[in-house]
Amino acid sequence: MRAPVSWIREYADLPADLSTDELARKLTALGLKLESLERPGAAITGPLVIGRVMTMESEPQKNGKTINWCTVDVGDANGTGDPQGIVCGAHNFAPGDLVVVVLPGGVLPGPPGSDGVEISARKTYGHVSAGMICSARELGLGDDHTGIIVLEPGSGEPGEDARPVLGFGEEVIEFEINPDRAYALSLRGVAREAAMGFHTSYTDPCRREVPAANGDGYPVRVEDAEGCPVFVARTVTGFDPRSPSPEWLRTRVRLAGMRPISLAVDVTNYVMLETGRPIHGYDSDKLQGAIVVRRAAPGERLTTLDGVDRELSTEDLVVCDDSGAIGLGGVMGGETTEMSDRTSTVVIEAAHWDPVSMFRTGKRHRLTSEAGKRNERGVDPTICQVAADRVAELLTTYGGGTVSPGVTVVGSPPSPSAITLPVGLSARVAGLPIADADVVSNLRAIGAEVSGVETLSVTPPPWRPDLRDPYDLVEEVVRIVGYDRVPSVIPVPPVGRGLTREQRLRRRIGRTLAGLGCVEVVSFPFVGDETFDALGLQADDVLRHAVRLSNPLSSEKPLYATTLLPGVLDAAARNLGRGATGVALFETGTVAFPTNRGAAPVYGVEWRPTEAELQKLFDAIPAQPLLLAAVLAGERERDGWWGDGRAADWTDAIEIVRGLASELGVDLEVRQTSRMPWHPSRCALVCIGDQEIGHAGELHPRVCRAYGLPRGSAVLEIDLDALMARTVEIPPAPIVSHQPLAKEDVALVVDATVPSSEVERALRAGAGELLESIRLFDVFTGPQIGDGKKSLAFALRFRAPDRTLTEAETGAARDAAVAAASSAVGAVQR
Amino acid sequence: MSGPNTDYDPVEVTALQAEQVTAMRDEALAAFAAAGDLAELKQARLDHAGDRSPLALANREIGALPPQARKEAGQRVGQARGAVSKALADRTAVLEAEAEERMLVEETVDVTLPVVRRPRGARHPLTLMSEYIADLFVAMGWEVAEGPVLEAEWLNFDALNLGPDHPARTMQDTFWTEPADDHLVLRTHTSPVQARTMLERTPPIYVICPGRVFRTDPFDATHSPMFHQVEGLVVDEGITMAHLKGSLDHFAARMFGEGITTRFRPSYFPFTEPSAEVDMVCFVCRGEVGAVDECRTCKGEGWIEWGGCGVVNPRVLAACGIDADRYRGFAFGMGIDRSFMFRSGAGDMRALFEGDVRFASAFGTDW
Ligand SMILES: [Zn+2]
Repeated sequence: MRAPVSWIREYADLPADLSTDELARKLTALGLKLESLERPGAAITGPLVIGRVMTMESEPQKNGKTINWCTVDVGDANGTGDPQGIVCGAHNFAPGDLVVVVLPGGVLPGPPGSDGVEISARKTYGHVSAGMICSARELGLGDDHTGIIVLEPGSGEPGEDARPVLGFGEEVIEFEINPDRAYALSLRGVAREAAMGFHTSYTDPCRREVPAANGDGYPVRVEDAEGCPVFVARTVTGFDPRSPSPEWLRTRVRLAGMRPISLAVDVTNYVMLETGRPIHGYDSDKLQGAIVVRRAAPGERLTTLDGVDRELSTEDLVVCDDSGAIGLGGVMGGETTEMSDRTSTVVIEAAHWDPVSMFRTGKRHRLTSEAGKRNERGVDPTICQVAADRVAELLTTYGGGTVSPGVTVVGSPPSPSAITLPVGLSARVAGLPIADADVVSNLRAIGAEVSGVETLSVTPPPWRPDLRDPYDLVEEVVRIVGYDRVPSVIPVPPVGRGLTREQRLRRRIGRTLAGLGCVEVVSFPFVGDETFDALGLQADDVLRHAVRLSNPLSSEKPLYATTLLPGVLDAAARNLGRGATGVALFETGTVAFPTNRGAAPVYGVEWRPTEAELQKLFDAIPAQPLLLAAVLAGERERDGWWGDGRAADWTDAIEIVRGLASELGVDLEVRQTSRMPWHPSRCALVCIGDQEIGHAGELHPRVCRAYGLPRGSAVLEIDLDALMARTVEIPPAPIVSHQPLAKEDVALVVDATVPSSEVERALRAGAGELLESIRLFDVFTGPQIGDGKKSLAFALRFRAPDRTLTEAETGAARDAAVAAASSAVGAVQR
Repeated sequence: MSGPNTDYDPVEVTALQAEQVTAMRDEALAAFAAAGDLAELKQARLDHAGDRSPLALANREIGALPPQARKEAGQRVGQARGAVSKALADRTAVLEAEAEERMLVEETVDVTLPVVRRPRGARHPLTLMSEYIADLFVAMGWEVAEGPVLEAEWLNFDALNLGPDHPARTMQDTFWTEPADDHLVLRTHTSPVQARTMLERTPPIYVICPGRVFRTDPFDATHSPMFHQVEGLVVDEGITMAHLKGSLDHFAARMFGEGITTRFRPSYFPFTEPSAEVDMVCFVCRGEVGAVDECRTCKGEGWIEWGGCGVVNPRVLAACGIDADRYRGFAFGMGIDRSFMFRSGAGDMRALFEGDVRFASAFGTDW
């Protein structure tokens, strides 16, 4: 909402010395937030005058443009009284028009950030152009650069300063208006707040005597009184459609951010800005029969003023005549009855519309208009007659003609219901003493009717449909008292329980990963079929079954992620692309898997849903497990003066998974498997017992190529929820024996296909209780071992809690271990 | 030595005479002292303390003496040998220390050589910021509440007093899932966690809810379709806007420094009434005369928009089954990303989500 300060002052009797900065600050404190403060023309210096175009000659140029060589009467402003020769590129004017001319020596604002552009006489297109005929944009008056500004006839004499005509010297405050303060989408509302803020008198522009309704007005029938509670029609006849809008009106409309078009359009816009009530005008000659308001019929169509042919919904409110729909009520008029420059009889519509219908229709047809914006937020329903009367007055004042005596009023405004407000509630909510009398006077200041003492009965004013609850009134009282007076008190909660175990575990996981040299990244969880293709997933892969967004940002990524791998892979490639020699990244985050338990119900809000209803709601929400993904690509250990580095490989991924599990005290099992996007022969299935929690290993070479990562890059992805569930909060303390250690190394030959983990498991089982630890320290293949065989060397460490082990005891335990490995996997001791 | 020895044995051994023994001892001591390194000392030891050394030979002769003379000669030789072995030990210690000194000097390295075999890891600054904020409130006795990102429409909107035709629903550009009648959204704020908390717990409730949220904004320097919010919710008896102000003042001071306070401006959120925008004192210029006009951070305002807040709308309490006559609540919400950018001076939101290790590595693993 853009409000010229002089317009605010017209209704609010503000102190003459009040600065606009102070005014804006006060209104911001009251809830009308200052968006920007504009002083149009403030950046323009030097001669800016009214000129009259005397001659113009079109001159086609070699570059394809056509310029106009003009002589312009600028009175004595140029010091000579002779016509000024000016080259102009615009074509929207003719000899005789009044235009705005900046003479040599004048300075225009120029592009943002510049110091301005000084105008001088210069040679161009074969003429000396002594000045410039200005467009609105060149003067900093908005973006309109479709042509130069053509002033209305009679706006002034050539040579006079153009600034007053353009509204320069005015100040305009642009407010950000919250949806509950629709009344502030009008000068009437803004000025009321200003007057309230400075405790000065206020003149309501809607306080106006209007003629009573009678049966002589244009016939109107409202078939849906809920959708259109009030419909007022007035008629102006004998109106001259070519009459110009007065310059003051055009200026105000322009300062308020709208484009002056014609008297009829400018007046309806002006009255909307003044009162907040959108108005529509019909060309009476094009109307066929009575106006009817109803919901649209199935399949009904309408071409709206913006030239769009629309199929209407049966929920849309339409204004019709005998020819059918002629407008989308309260949102946009139709083409067939549009006013033109031949319209001499105007039917003025001022109607109150159901905000919900307005909102739905606007959303359905993707229509945003100044009228719709106000109607969907709620306009004062009591001012339809006032607004229509004001339009009729302005039209006849500036366009001639007469206002017909007929006044059509269908329906009556809904009366606001009273709200019960305990007088002390505002103080109790604010935590601030507020006198009862202040509560009453503040509510009256916003226009409410207040009665009662302890318990107030408050009837909000008709322009405040947002006030429905006692707490709504509390906000009004407290904002007028001043939010800045609310004291600062720290509340004292009961004893808290600190972070949950899961919250602490998540932090620990992040720190562990960082400790293992990985850097955390945060990616967008949006993927698409191409993402899954890049990962080499089969058509029926479970990861392709994802939640689909109906309005994705990119049509290539319409799915919510089922894996975190794409994000970390992209980030890894980006780092390498930017010159990193190696990268280790991790990400933790939730992914989503669609549920098949039906839609999420949408309940009412009057009371809490039952437990069963809530369960149904929670069940419908997709499962969203917390995952960890990591990628290691390129150099893992750097080379340097100390020696060679090492490239990341499959072992790094598994080391990280094992390291994390070890930190969390969880026993992992790792099994050989194949799964895209991993290398089919270098993929580990990570399990806790029989529960599979993820995969780690080398990235498939095809996937490496797809992402532009070096072959051998390592990735892992595991389910952290599952991992965290298997942790023990505080493990039992181990017994640390001080008895001497007995060492036994064994080398076992097995088939190359036997996983070392199985050999180790057998050794561990066979070695019995005296075994303290077991570690595989060498893997060897070669002719000595034989084709298809490998030798695994394990270091076994034995210790008893209470005695020194004898050689016989350790030897027996070692032999038992080897025997177990032999029977389990056919191991032969070397 | 006393007068003539009347019992003197005729088998006199010259080598055991006092002068001789003393001379042997002194020669040994001199040889040890003269040894310049451990090798020379070794030779000196062989010469003067070894099996064939004069003192060793003298010692062997003691047995040949008459019994009366043995004791005196034994004492004499023993003392001399003791002195020699002590001198040897002392000299050995000195020379070993010298040798070690030399070796340590020879082992000199250039400690300024850079050693980074494996680059350090780091956690994401938004993670750290979220934890920092959570800890700040946990220290006051609050708890951390969480909820899912894909959320039921009812929890994201309706339960928060944002009915299906509420104009405010268009204020939040929501990602919807398909089909639309599944009534699921990517949560547009962390407020559904408020609703979940009130549905699942009974007052008193003091929770802070950091989390990831989504809006259909394009990705540029100041917007992102995904960002992070932190929301606070308190429901208790006797709660007032003053408690809200107190909590936010404390929050601002801990986040941005002592003296950074907040101010409220009337605003509109469907789930709070009264509602306010929260501004904080500009942490750069602190709104001080002279500095504020030049300040680029707050553009000369002296205040920076930080978030939104208000008293929980009794309608929201009712939808969550909380007795609105007995309890009152307040809620606030702000951007974690924005707060982090304020704190760190990060100027481009894209740096948060493109995963360049140079960015996150600057922030370490914990604050
Ligand atoms: Zn500042």
